[in-house]
Amino acid sequence: MTDPRELYQQVILEHNKKPRNFGKLAPCTHHAEGHNPLCGDQLDLTLVVEDGVVRDVKFEGSGCAIDVASASLMTGAIKGRPVAEAEAMIEQFRGMVRGELDPATQTPLLGKLTLFSGVRDLPSRVKCAILPWATLHAALKGEEEASTE
Amino acid sequence: MSTPSNTALQPLDVLAIRKDFPLLSRVLHGKPVIYLDSAVSGQMPVPVIERMAKYERQEHTNVHRGVSTLSQEATDFYEAAREKVRKFIGAASAREIVWTRGATEGINLVAQTFGRMAVKEGDEILLSAMEHHANIVPWQMLAQEKGATIKVIPMTDAGELILESLDELLTERTKLVGVVHVSNVLGTVNPVKEIIARAHAKGIPVLVDGAQAVPHLKVDVQDLDADFYVFSGHKLSGPTGIGVLYGKLAHLEAMPPWHGGGNMIRSVSWEKTTYMAAPGKFEAGTPPIAAAIGLGAAIDYVTTLGLDRIAAHEHELLAYATERLSAIPGLRILGTARNKASVLSFVVDGIHPHDVGSLLDGEGVVVRAGHHCAQPIMTRFNVPATTRASFAYFNTREDVDVLVSAVQKAIELFK
Ligand SMILES: Cc1ncc(COP(=O)(O)O)c(C=O)c1O
Repeated sequence: MTDPRELYQQVILEHNKKPRNFGKLAPCTHHAEGHNPLCGDQLDLTLVVEDGVVRDVKFEGSGCAIDVASASLMTGAIKGRPVAEAEAMIEQFRGMVRGELDPATQTPLLGKLTLFSGVRDLPSRVKCAILPWATLHAALKGEEEASTE
Repeated sequence: MSTPSNTALQPLDVLAIRKDFPLLSRVLHGKPVIYLDSAVSGQMPVPVIERMAKYERQEHTNVHRGVSTLSQEATDFYEAAREKVRKFIGAASAREIVWTRGATEGINLVAQTFGRMAVKEGDEILLSAMEHHANIVPWQMLAQEKGATIKVIPMTDAGELILESLDELLTERTKLVGVVHVSNVLGTVNPVKEIIARAHAKGIPVLVDGAQAVPHLKVDVQDLDADFYVFSGHKLSGPTGIGVLYGKLAHLEAMPPWHGGGNMIRSVSWEKTTYMAAPGKFEAGTPPIAAAIGLGAAIDYVTTLGLDRIAAHEHELLAYATERLSAIPGLRILGTARNKASVLSFVVDGIHPHDVGSLLDGEGVVVRAGHHCAQPIMTRFNVPATTRASFAYFNTREDVDVLVSAVQKAIELFK
């Protein structure tokens, strides 16, 4: 079993303290609220999508460091990307933290986001890392709410 | 914080006691386990585990079934455990002790039998602001079914119920009061005897949720004059799957049965079925026999240690932990009632309780991080969750020291 402390790497701590893309886009083209009933983590995600490309994205909310850092790094990673690519990243991220995809070879789109791969050994925290991505998935599908229930 | 008055008590031999808990010598992430999570579930001492194993190995059958020696023997052990419970909580008769799966089931049983009889449209059920979901949701379900409303006894920022408002809250529409004896989040020991007396003055029955009380303080249901009292075996050094509903016999006799099936009937025909007297009529189907016998063994175990000695030991740990944790800058303790037992919830500025929980886990320190099945308390104190350490008779001051340094390390990391 991984030591939980290994997950709290500098990058995660730093993004938790100073989250990027924090706030709300108004107007926006896509919006969803994410909720993790286990932790009470809450996330509000707004996007501007034009011509099939994520032009801008912001998030608001409160949660644990894993959740906030995941949202901060996610928003940075998808900004400027085609929606199709963002959707592929959702699948890769989910697969990685659930231990189904190997970060060394099977998640080429994730780049430095592979630093979340350690969560797979902390089942109780997988949902925290996934919440922003589940919320993104809901927003892109035109759903208002996502839950990691 | 109240301290037990009897200072001449012989202290517990904690080092010897710890030998009864093999889990305490486990290693997690390279660190010895520090188990500060007894409010979630207490650990079972070896004598309890062995008593249950003996039943399963050599005595296993069913209860209240026929004439076989084995069945009679199992029935005797099972009923002896009921008698142990009776004595433990000071009930007048073993017929007032109903086996359940736990505190939750006991409350649901009362809500769906007694509650359904007593509560009508427009009536009120009064609960305290510090209830566990187990003592909220069954009443909300009943209120919805009947068109009744739930009212709430408020609490102070320290986590003490505001009883000045009680007489106003107890109206002629109030049909039942539900109150937690010891809060699983705040540690508050509520003055349930006073609450019961004031409710009874208006003829209103009271259910007490004693899940967190029985492991830590001597409970006497007759002295409290409680109408109903519930708890779970697994928080009392016993197994999961077994719990107790105490009810005054007059109530139990007046209540309809709940689940139907075998064991709870006197006779069955297509025309007419008659039911057993209490407690039998509430115990349909095959019960968790080993668990009931195990709970009896757990009661023997804690009774031998002595609840007064257990309380004295835990109070000292709680006082020590309170002093050390409150000295940490940025740490805030939730629940600072004068009368507390064994539970210490806290939040740390800038670190989410789940991160604290994970980091403590990395140090081998087992605590609970979350809303503790008491979301209205989280809302009341405007926090998403808390980290909670809870103490049992096998914990030591060294355990507290490890907790404190693990919290300090977490704060250091997040700086
Ligand atoms: C105060 C209180 N009431 C009720 C319960 C429910 O107990 P169980 O889940 O064993 O039925 C708990 C358990 O956490 C509790 O702490």
